Amino acid sequence: MGMFGREQLAMMVRPDRVHRALYSDPAIFELEMQRLFGRAWLVVGHESQIPAAGDFLTTRMGREPVIVTRHADGTVKVMINRCSHRGSTVCEDARGHCAEFVCPYHGWTYRTDGSLRFVPLAHGYGRDVERKKSELGLVNVPRVESYRGFLFASLAADGPTLSDFLGPLSSSFDDMVDRAPDGEVEVAGGVFKHAYHGNWKLVLENHLDGLHPNYVHASSVQAARDAPDPAQPERYADIAIRQMRQNGAPEAIWESIGIWTTDFGHGYMADYHSDSRLVVGMDNPVFAGYRERLEHKIGKERAAKVLSVTRWNSIVYPNCSFMGQFRQLRIVHPLAVDRTIVYTYSFRLKGAPEQMYRDTIAFANVVNGTASWVLTDDLEVYERVQKGLTAQAGDWVYLARGYGGDADDAGRTRRGATGTSELPIRSQFAAWLRYMTAE
Amino acid sequence: MGAIESTGVASDAALREAEQLLFREAWLLDQHRLDEWLDLFTEDATYWVPLERGQLDPWNTSSIIFDDRTLLQIRVRQYAHPRAHARLPAARTCHQVCNVMILGSDGSELRVGSSLVLVEYRKERQRVFGASVEHRLRRTPAGLRVAAKRVDLVNSEAELDGIAFLF
Repeated sequence: MGMFGREQLAMMVRPDRVHRALYSDPAIFELEMQRLFGRAWLVVGHESQIPAAGDFLTTRMGREPVIVTRHADGTVKVMINRCSHRGSTVCEDARGHCAEFVCPYHGWTYRTDGSLRFVPLAHGYGRDVERKKSELGLVNVPRVESYRGFLFASLAADGPTLSDFLGPLSSSFDDMVDRAPDGEVEVAGGVFKHAYHGNWKLVLENHLDGLHPNYVHASSVQAARDAPDPAQPERYADIAIRQMRQNGAPEAIWESIGIWTTDFGHGYMADYHSDSRLVVGMDNPVFAGYRERLEHKIGKERAAKVLSVTRWNSIVYPNCSFMGQFRQLRIVHPLAVDRTIVYTYSFRLKGAPEQMYRDTIAFANVVNGTASWVLTDDLEVYERVQKGLTAQAGDWVYLARGYGGDADDAGRTRRGATGTSELPIRSQFAAWLRYMTAE
Repeated sequence: MGAIESTGVASDAALREAEQLLFREAWLLDQHRLDEWLDLFTEDATYWVPLERGQLDPWNTSSIIFDDRTLLQIRVRQYAHPRAHARLPAARTCHQVCNVMILGSDGSELRVGSSLVLVEYRKERQRVFGASVEHRLRRTPAGLRVAAKRVDLVNSEAELDGIAFLF
């Protein structure tokens, strides 16, 4: 990778702009898979997806296909989905339960911690294989940790602990889980898997971009404004109409909300909603039953504190975007420099009334649905950015909005000058450069 | 159920009428005559494209589309907006409706099964979708109308690029 030495990479990331090659050059993408996705902690799933010994799910860490299992001893293992013999994947199901993984090609058989249990006609491979059986298991991902039920793994043996990596951003996970009266959330409701022909960074940049909704989503904002107003009794369509209308909040609102970043490129945005039906903390009577249950479990004072958090999207750089208010989590899978898949999950607040879960499903359909009024316009714009960035006429991508106005804030965070500051993107690239140029 | 399936004559007439409605629906979609398309639906209609195979309901699991008439109207209106980025230009489609079958009847409503093969073209990309479709058709003073439509895509659980057209 002589082409992209440390100095050259540093030249491509300026404080207020980055070189277009970071979105469009396949060689840089290859380097990102090694140095960024190969090093950072990545979200790989949630404990509720694999509650019992023998449960598993398959996913990707960057481009690496992995299996996440609950081993017999209760620990979570993450291993590369590749037979040690000739390389076939040993598991193709998205989720399931099994005692062992058997390679379809020549029958090599692995336990749920990846160790090699059985090789048919083992003597045929020579004494070497017999002797090295303990080394020929599925490659285990070296570091696996959990935070409040969310499973993280790192392909690097060394590096910051998960706690150091998350830093102040862990409070966004707290926000999500603390809202559950029973203190736990669980994955439920199906997985949207949406794809776009664009770089993986585009989706993470977009989720903390408070200026885009009035432009990208103008058509769904207007169509929702033209629809009949939400009424009593509530109709199914109301959540969708309310959410689409909120995307059209005046620019003064977007400017006024908070936007924060933390080390490692993470960040989060305050809520911009003025519609009490969409914000539990705003005392709409529809949430009375939920509030009661939460108060019953954790006390009135604590419940008020939990519900006073008005946080919208949070980014865990480089592979996750999530939000507690409507219990959504997206995992970003970069496939190529110009191809990205995003898996989006919904969560049930354990112990909350059923209505909370139905809101989650309705909300997921509006904003994360593959055919949603909202998401389809985001995907279209990612593709148009990608197309534009193949042009050789311009080298730089400008990220200067709010530059110079970023300020350190409480709890080791930095706050953007306004809610539409491009601070989160600048912060993501600062982290990008550290990963990409670290020894 | 029995009446329509057991009497060949009634079945032929009903089948032909149902077929014509389904063909007309497909034609209106392909012609981008979406207001007329929407008029084929009853006021209480639902239009459902489940996310999961064999999905039991739209309340406990997400759906690629689960719309009532109000939400369908928003979909139709969105196309007319000058900044409907994913819908400008609108995808060109060819809906082929085949294997139309009367599945049953409860007197006022017919359950009609069909297969859909849909070719979509937009911006130098062409995609093919296949689906099992079930309509509930209701006799109204204005004629036969769609009270419910369920479209089970063969690849509903796949990694999918954005879908900015109607099945």
